[in-house]
Amino acid sequence: MAQATKTIDARGSFCPGPLMELIKATRAAEVGDVLEVLSNDAGSAKDIPEWAKKMGHTVLYVEEAEGYWKIAIKKER
Amino acid sequence: MAMRIVVLGGGTAGTTVANRLARALRPEIRRGAVEVTVVTDRDRHWYQPGYLFVVFNERPLEDFVRPERALLLPDVGMVVDAITRIDLERKQLISPHRHYPYDVLVIATGSYPDFQSVPGLAEVTYNFYTPEGAERLRDRLTTWTGGRIMIVQDVPHKCPAAPVEVTLMLDDYFRRRRLRDRVEIVYTYPIGRVHAAEPIADWAKQQFDARGIRYETFFNMEAVDPKRQVVLTMDGGEHPFDLLISIPAHKGAGVILNSGIGDESGFIPTDRHTLKMIGQDDVYVLGDATNLPISKAGSTAHYQAEVLVKNLVDRVRGLPETHLYNGKVACFLENSLGDASFITFDYDRPPKPAATSELLHWFKGMYNDLYWLTARGLM
Ligand SMILES: Cc1cc2nc3c(=O)[nH]c(=O)nc-3n(C[C@H](O)[C@H](O)[C@H](O)COP(=O)(O)OP(=O)(O)OC[C@H]3O[C@@H](n4cnc5c(N)ncnc54)[C@H](O)[C@@H]3O)c2cc1C
Repeated sequence: MAQATKTIDARGSFCPGPLMELIKATRAAEVGDVLEVLSNDAGSAKDIPEWAKKMGHTVLYVEEAEGYWKIAIKKER
Repeated sequence: MAMRIVVLGGGTAGTTVANRLARALRPEIRRGAVEVTVVTDRDRHWYQPGYLFVVFNERPLEDFVRPERALLLPDVGMVVDAITRIDLERKQLISPHRHYPYDVLVIATGSYPDFQSVPGLAEVTYNFYTPEGAERLRDRLTTWTGGRIMIVQDVPHKCPAAPVEVTLMLDDYFRRRRLRDRVEIVYTYPIGRVHAAEPIADWAKQQFDARGIRYETFFNMEAVDPKRQVVLTMDGGEHPFDLLISIPAHKGAGVILNSGIGDESGFIPTDRHTLKMIGQDDVYVLGDATNLPISKAGSTAHYQAEVLVKNLVDRVRGLPETHLYNGKVACFLENSLGDASFITFDYDRPPKPAATSELLHWFKGMYNDLYWLTARGLM
């Protein structure tokens, strides 16, 4: 599994939410960086891959851990 | 020697903390065992949610500003100075004029819209996130004869609901002026729905559909061409506008970036429960200045202040600090110029908007004035 360049702990975030934390981090990251988000919002497992695909980033994994999700993307552009 | 508690920033968070501390630690302060001082870079205090009412010419800007000294209790010291560096090692704040030593530091320096974050944006945009911006937008709207108004936004920004509110209020404003049929309102959002929080998105979408407000999702600004009046998005799209209202990505205060104690955007790594700066026992952070993944809102600052003050009082009295912040946030959502909804949530409970009502709008209107009591630490 790819090593995350940065992990964003967005558990407990409902508004604006984990995807918004990821968008913020993506802007600051370099192309090729792997960004991992921790989220306890079930919606993230759908929202984050949907956004990443639309923006042309690669989704590396969507995993369920104990009571939360771990989702990683690679910044492509 | 007195224990010096220094609060950096005299906005919502800093003012509330300082006043609550002064009230709770009155015996210690009067005895000279504790000093509470606010260091802030301006002598006036703005109630920022009021800007929305300025834009629609409902209230004048003067209604939302007070002298900071008048809000602080007499037991709180106040210094007006722009701090350029926070020196955690020597435990002091530094300005070009002076050094301010502290024993305990509370950082409450807020967040700011960065209009430079998108090329071309600053040249053409209107905004309602600054006092000058709100007045300028108000004046533009009063002489507006029609065309396309586009609302664009980027994250993070304070008050995540304000862009939806300004959109709904624009609709009502033009209806009341009998100009609605000449105005096209286009709301945009960076992800696949109209707001990140699903319950708010569902509520807002219903309103937009019913009221003929257009919206575009997955709208990620890359640049603005001020001459051609178009927004360029990351997917290669071009979106023309006649009037652009933007809420760009925010940054933490310059002093945070300058001191190298924040993340790349100047937000300070903060423990989500104790509100201590990560790795620092003597530094607390609250309000918009933290890197916590929750709404940057005055209500957040307020609930954090309650917890932080209890812990500081215990600290002063040699007791363990046992109070934890649970992520609580509460927000009004203006649905028009005459009704509103309300949401509350925390780390464990997602938001659920209340049914809109005139009563909630009326309460929000009252809060515009009650705010000054909150800042004084009375509410
Ligand atoms: C249009 C609008 C609508 C809003 N609506 C709502 C709403 O409905 N509900 C809600 O809860 N919130 C709302 N908010 C958000 C709310 O206003 C902020 O989240 C809140 O003010 C944050 O408080 P703060 O103390 O962290 O920051 P601020 O209140 O911004 O205060 C920061 C302070 O730090 C000082 N400072 C900064 N740098 C320095 C330095 N170097 N030296 C000395 N002093 C410094 C500044 O002078 C300022 O006094 C809204 C905001 C806007 C703009």
